This record gives sequence, C-alpha cells and structure tokens, in this order.
Amino acid sequence: MSPLQTPSQTVGPFFKPALVRSGDESLVTSRSRGERITIEGCLLDGDGAAVSDAMIELWQANADGRYDHPDDSQEKLLDPDFHGFGRAATDELGRFRFHTIKPGSVPGPGNLLQAPHINVSIFARGLLKRLITRIYFPGEQLNAADFVLNTVAPERRPTLVARNENGALRFDIVLQGVNETVFFDV
Amino acid sequence: MNPPVGYRRETRGAHPPYEHPAYAGTHKRTPRHAPVRLEHTLSEITGPHFPRERLASGENDLTHFDGGEALGERIIVTGRVLDEDGSAIPHTAIEIWQANAAGRYAHAEDVHKAPLDPHFEGIGKVVTDEQGMYRFMTVKPGAYPWRNHHNAWRPNHIHFSLFGPSFATRLITQMYFPGDPLLALDPIFNSVPDRSARERLIATFDIEVTVPEYALGYRFDFVLRGRNSTPTAG
Repeated sequence: MSPLQTPSQTVGPFFKPALVRSGDESLVTSRSRGERITIEGCLLDGDGAAVSDAMIELWQANADGRYDHPDDSQEKLLDPDFHGFGRAATDELGRFRFHTIKPGSVPGPGNLLQAPHINVSIFARGLLKRLITRIYFPGEQLNAADFVLNTVAPERRPTLVARNENGALRFDIVLQGVNETVFFDV
Repeated sequence: MNPPVGYRRETRGAHPPYEHPAYAGTHKRTPRHAPVRLEHTLSEITGPHFPRERLASGENDLTHFDGGEALGERIIVTGRVLDEDGSAIPHTAIEIWQANAAGRYAHAEDVHKAPLDPHFEGIGKVVTDEQGMYRFMTVKPGAYPWRNHHNAWRPNHIHFSLFGPSFATRLITQMYFPGDPLLALDPIFNSVPDRSARERLIATFDIEVTVPEYALGYRFDFVLRGRNSTPTAG
C-alpha cells in the first residue's frame, strides 16, 4: 500500500527561536546579480489587527528568471550568490521586511512567460496549514497577460501587486475581510 | 522546455481546513474567500534548499545544552521521509522544536508557570540520509495549558518543519504520542477531518528503537506529496 500524506498542523506561537534567524530576511549578498529591492508589509487579521506571531517565507527565481533547483532546466544562468529563499518573522506590529532582487520571468503554461513574481508562504498560530500567495510588481508589462493574475477576479487582483512606497515595495497581507489578499491552492 | 510535471494535490480529509471553530485562533485568521486553485508551474515544482551553512551544524541531540543534561524522560525519535509512492526523500532538512519535560518552551512569550530547564533549549535539526532516514534524541515534552477554552491542555507533541523537493511539498506539522488521553480533547489534533489521517500524526512506540538502560524509542514517518505521472495541464 502506498503511504498516505502526513497532515499539516499549525506552526503554533513558539517557533521563532527554532526557525527564524536574523539575516534570513536578506536573500542577497553584495555579489548577487540584479536589481535590489526591499519588500515591506504588514500582516493583518480579520479585525485589522497586527498578526505579530507569524512567519513568512519567500521563494523566487534569480534576476535571469531561473530557479536554483534541479528541476529548472532552462538555459539561463544560475547565480552562485542568489538561492531564492528567505524567511522573516513578523514583529509586534505585524511588520515584515525582505531584501532581495527583482526576479526575472519564468515560463508558465504553453511556454508563455509568467510576469515576474515571488512565491510566498505564511505560517502562524491559528493557521492549521500555510497560506500561499504571490507578490507581483507594479507597472510590469507582463502582468496584463499573466495566467495566474487572470485566474483571479479583476477586483481582487490588486491585492497581489506590490506598490511603490518610500523607495520600497509595499505588500500588505490581509488574512480576512475587506481587501482580503488572494490566496492560492497549490 | 517541456511542461513541468506537477505534484499531487492534498488528499481530501488528510489536512485540516483553515476554519476550525473549536480552535479559537482560526476565527480571525481564516480567509473568507476560498483559495484560488493554481496549476503547477516551475514556481511550484521547484523549491528552496535549506540553507547549506545551517545544515553544517547538525543538532540531533537535544538532551544536552549549555554544558548540562536536560531533565525528563529521554526518547529517541526515528523514521523516514517519504513521498506518496514510498520513495525516500534523501538529504532533506527537518527542523524540530518542542516544550521541555515540564511543558514549557524556552520562548519569551511562553507564560506557563512551569519551570524552565537551563539545559534544554528544545530546538534541533536533522537531515535525512540516502534512505530518507532521520534520527534524533530528546526528552519527552510535557503537556501544557493554552487557554483556547476552559481547561484546555495541549497533548504532548513535537513540532516539525520540512521542505521536501519543492515549494508544493512544504509541510509544518506536529507529532503526538500513543495513548495520550488529551488527544481526544485537542482541537488542533482533531482539526484533521479523517480519523485515519489523524492517527498518522501519532508516533509508534518501538522496543527495537529503544536503547537499553538509556532511552525509549519511537518511530514516526513523514509522507510528503508525491509527483503526478503526467505533466500539468496547459
């Protein structure tokens, strides 16, 4: 008999010392290729209250649009100084911040390019399994034709696109209610 | 490039829903919209390696910390990380955290009035070998109250975080102990819809893993989502 999936359980409130280290929020070194970006945001619950006990993870392609993974067989260069994984805990005001580079485009269905995006996992007390979303970039030409964005109802798409604010990219995540972020079933 | 071969979806009944009324923490954190189903692309079938520099310092013995030995019942936990085809997942990291034997986490925000143990941090990590095997030693974590409802106590449990081969296979879960009377009362354990799936979260006591005169042995396998046999749609 084939083995069966192990169920997910919440990360709970006490994971930080085990899972999150200072420095995990930076995906780059001084030698990483690409346009440096800072992503900042706030994680909010259904009352608009800060979620101060969450962990957010990023997974992204490098500046050329290649993932550092054996199943990405594209003929694009890997970057020895960029691996594409980052992690941050939210602070007492629900804030998080990442330092990374803008990813290049990766292929989607039919080998059409997807718009540049960052894959996001959210873990917290009260989340029995992770939530998954994507960060897209403002003013990006490929957004209009992106197959994932086009899967989402037009009025909800803006929740997936970061906005420029004070030299950073602002991406708030709302778990529930008005302006609820679009989450994905992966 | 050929279309990527995606991963299998969550098995129905095997994972909790987001909303679980008995678990108060879900009330304000559950999205009102159903998640939008995403066909798997390169973004989902690839995934992070655990940072290599962190793997260098394996921490498979949680029973010694800061120059002393932790209090409590020593246990060994061992098993395999597999996919749904039964194939081993080698060289994958498992992050571990847990309360001490008195039911207290070494965490600033744990206010349970149980003693801290200066020689137990409750943090570890292991990497599976070529056969997908892992093994670590710790002390059995204590139960603790958590104020979800009147007289709410979490059953003894150990937290685990696994990556597997892709973004789609990421899993955070908890392992429980056989015969724990608190399991029947625990909203988090019981959030898993299928009884048989819940039971997969309970370790098995194994006398063969038990080390004479030293530590009790438990077995626990992790099964991550497997791969489809054909490319994803599109």
